[in-house]
Amino acid sequence: MFKKLMLAGSAVAMMVAGTAHASDTVKVGIVLTLTTPAAIIGKQMKAGFEVAYDHLGGQIAGKKLELIFEDDTFKPNIGKQKTEKLVKRDKVDFLTGYIWSHVLGASAPVGFKAGKIVISSNAGHSIFAGKKCNKNFFNAAWENMQTPMAMGQLLNKKNVKSIYVLAPNYAAGKQMITGVEKTFKGKIVGKELTPMSHKDWSAELSKIKAAKPDGVFVFYPGAWGPAFFTQYKQAGLSGKIPLYNVFSIDGANLPRFQKAKMDHLVGMINTGHWSPDLDNAANKRFVADFRKKYRNEYPAHYAAQAYDSLMMIAAAVEQSGGDPKNVDAVRSAMEQAKFASVRGPFKFGKNHFPIQNFYSREVVKDKDGTWMLNKRETVLKNHAPAMSSECKL
Amino acid sequence: MTFALFVEQIINGLQLGIILFLVAAGLTLIFGIMDLVNLAHGTLYMFGAFFAATMVSITGSIVWGMILAIPLMLLAGVLLEVTILRTLYTRNHLDQVLATFGLILFFNELFLIAWGPEGTGIALPPWLSGSTKLGMGIELPDYRIVILVSGLIVAAMLYFLVAKTKIGMLIRAGASNREMVGALGVNIKLLYTAVFGIGAVMAGFAGMIITPITQAEAGMGEGFLILAFVVIVIGGIGSIRGAFYAAIITGLIDTLGRSFIDVVLLLVVESVTAETAGPAISSMLIYILMAIVLALKPNGLFPPRGA
Amino acid sequence: MLMGSLWTPRGIYNAVIIILCIIMPWLAPAIGQEFFTDVFTRTMIFAIAAISLNLIMGYGGMISFGHAVYIGIGGYTVGILSYHGIDNGWIQWPMAIGLCGVFALIFGAISLRTKGVYFIMITLAFAQMMYFLSVSIEKYGSDDGLNIDSQSQFGVPFFDLSDPLTIYYTAFLCMMLCVYITYRFVNSRFGMVIRGSMSNDERMRSIGYPTYGYKLTAFVIAGMMAGLSGILSANFEAFMSPDNLFWIASGDLIFMVVLGGMGTIFGPIGGTVLFLVISEILSNFTESWHLIFGPLLILVVLYMRGGMEGFFASLGRSQND
Repeated sequence: MFKKLMLAGSAVAMMVAGTAHASDTVKVGIVLTLTTPAAIIGKQMKAGFEVAYDHLGGQIAGKKLELIFEDDTFKPNIGKQKTEKLVKRDKVDFLTGYIWSHVLGASAPVGFKAGKIVISSNAGHSIFAGKKCNKNFFNAAWENMQTPMAMGQLLNKKNVKSIYVLAPNYAAGKQMITGVEKTFKGKIVGKELTPMSHKDWSAELSKIKAAKPDGVFVFYPGAWGPAFFTQYKQAGLSGKIPLYNVFSIDGANLPRFQKAKMDHLVGMINTGHWSPDLDNAANKRFVADFRKKYRNEYPAHYAAQAYDSLMMIAAAVEQSGGDPKNVDAVRSAMEQAKFASVRGPFKFGKNHFPIQNFYSREVVKDKDGTWMLNKRETVLKNHAPAMSSECKL
Repeated sequence: MTFALFVEQIINGLQLGIILFLVAAGLTLIFGIMDLVNLAHGTLYMFGAFFAATMVSITGSIVWGMILAIPLMLLAGVLLEVTILRTLYTRNHLDQVLATFGLILFFNELFLIAWGPEGTGIALPPWLSGSTKLGMGIELPDYRIVILVSGLIVAAMLYFLVAKTKIGMLIRAGASNREMVGALGVNIKLLYTAVFGIGAVMAGFAGMIITPITQAEAGMGEGFLILAFVVIVIGGIGSIRGAFYAAIITGLIDTLGRSFIDVVLLLVVESVTAETAGPAISSMLIYILMAIVLALKPNGLFPPRGA
Repeated sequence: MLMGSLWTPRGIYNAVIIILCIIMPWLAPAIGQEFFTDVFTRTMIFAIAAISLNLIMGYGGMISFGHAVYIGIGGYTVGILSYHGIDNGWIQWPMAIGLCGVFALIFGAISLRTKGVYFIMITLAFAQMMYFLSVSIEKYGSDDGLNIDSQSQFGVPFFDLSDPLTIYYTAFLCMMLCVYITYRFVNSRFGMVIRGSMSNDERMRSIGYPTYGYKLTAFVIAGMMAGLSGILSANFEAFMSPDNLFWIASGDLIFMVVLGGMGTIFGPIGGTVLFLVISEILSNFTESWHLIFGPLLILVVLYMRGGMEGFFASLGRSQND
């Protein structure tokens, strides 16, 4: 019994010691999905943060850098609880990660209330770019509608006259479809919002066949993608009707597609704000080191955004005089976005969303035969989210 | 809406119905005979998918892989029954729901660790990945036909087993009057294990046969489990015949609802409303069906005799 | 007496939990874990829903597998009203509780025609319907959830629900109120009928009690109580999402009740505390905490009949032997 008390006592002592030294560290709380099948994205992003940590040498402005990862289990309420824990127990200086709009929506207010800077490394809910923008919120990724808007533009360029659009029936899915509708000038002959639990598209594929569009546009991220692409081929549609996607093919799932020998995906085109072959020094170093760290796989944009998030924090702390607690100074520095982004040109708009290029990218084989995305053309240049003007910052 | 499209949707609905039946048949048997509410039945479905995917990748052949996976499903089902589920037979439904919910949590996590979040899949060989024209503009993927036919064969085998064999007689007797079977001096424990094994193999078979289309991932059984429960409740718990009809009805309503509800809605409301309400109503459709059925017939459409 | 005799293991156990609930806002900062105040606010809010489920499940044998739906209806009512600028609590709260009552009346009227597993499944079906409804209404955030910008306003000085201590003790008082309602309910003639119908429905009917009406009334009361939990949750989390009414959430509620001890006045509170504390500790220990939690659930079901209440009650008995 006495021993136990001693142990408990020393644990308390350590905790006290930990807080005493807090000012010598920069603490970054990172909320990701690390369990459930959605962890395929979370694990990529975790590796992205870790590469950034290595590149920073484990410190920012001479202070020890500490990353604290938490798992939101894909649920908004858990995400919020973990965020509370990061703020109140771990006393982090920054909150980042956040893959999903619903987790971000629940969690961000906790950070704002505590006066922390919150940086979304992926979730790009439109509302945060417009009406609900916040001085302490930064987005290191994109706004949901931008990528499909680039795709709509690309389809115009390719002279596609009619498309059939499909996405899962949730907020991001609807925003993807709205995005492509904004820029695509041809006719949308059919639109399907499929239930989220849905993994069998037999009904929809039959309808596509009957509608005979020039192209099919899909948003099927994560586990939906492999199932949809397989069935698209089985229905005899691949090779007949070109398939365009956003966020459905990336470095995180290409290895799996290749393993499953889904050859019909090579040559497929999607749009995005980044590509593993972007020609800048930061990106080359990031991609090479990421592959060393993570099963020799190419990073997906998720990992790239994670990397940028941490680099952005590091630059802002350093440029503002090295005190992460001085939130006003850090925020001003962060607005300048003076750091070497893996996506090359990068700046923040007034609403703290990136103003950046969007590219078309094609699935190719690299020199070892590994599948990867390669940049083709710049579709949208210095593009800002459509609803930026609604932001009153 | 063309005629061909309509026929294709009916066939798609039937396919979903067959798969649902394979899962629901075991569920309803296990419930009808052992009085066990087995939430972990979806786990058996997941077992089938992962075992088959692994055996296919080991043997390199989809046929051999699937054949070898079946004894594994049986083994896993029997092991589960002997170690844990057997002790639940005498418990109330609430205990059963909770304990089998615990099993779901455990196995989902275990499979997630073992196979990774990306899960696994079965690639179809070229001879199965084409599609066949059936005339009148109707074209079906070959593998869909395989699912439909093999599903029907398994259903027919179950019918034969239940209707024509001695064990089938015991199963029928057990479903309508549990005490009587015991009184006949039958080895009840063995019968229960056998019934559970049959249910496990059927659910596993459904998971296996669907994997080339949908891929396998941890937690894949749960969405399907709820559907299967809807099916057996509509059909009348314990009734295989009821499960069959209810599965086909559910499959058809779900598929046709998804395909044509917006068309139907457009007749009564404007397009924007139809577009947003369509997916919502189509995903609620089978629950609405279930509520209506139970409101009118509280014991389902085909309550087994004696229930 | 409310707690049985206080000086029994069971009485002490319940007293400890209630005292923890009272002093947590001071205890937590004292041990350097302010975070636990939030954990306990959330716990007490869930406990209200668990108490309400216990009312029908523990005393009436009605196993509702869709009880979280009322948390959702209550919470979304507050959220949607506040979205449209109506943040007056005097409007929000009665309306939310009233709506929960109406929905419980409709769902219950149909569900109670069935028995056993049919009842479990049909309550699940109604919850799933509302879940899909909440997912599909884009205006109120669909699956992204609904951020609630301002808490319910009552126009009472010093009563501001955005203040952590105010919401903490509001939740505590609401929880104790629900305990009191349960206590009165169970020991009334009304409660006797419900309990009687759980053990033998036919006998109760044959001696002249229309049990259907009694059960439906209990079902509606439970729905409204769970609605209160939803209202508090919306005010505390400032966020509602369809996840709140998913079937897993209803399953969690059932487990909280069983863990604490079904059909006991204080059981659901202890069950909720334990459930959330176990998840909290395990999830800190490893990401794959379900690997431990799942088997734990099975063990509790197999070997801890009567839950925590039963466990402490049996301790008391063995002491007396």
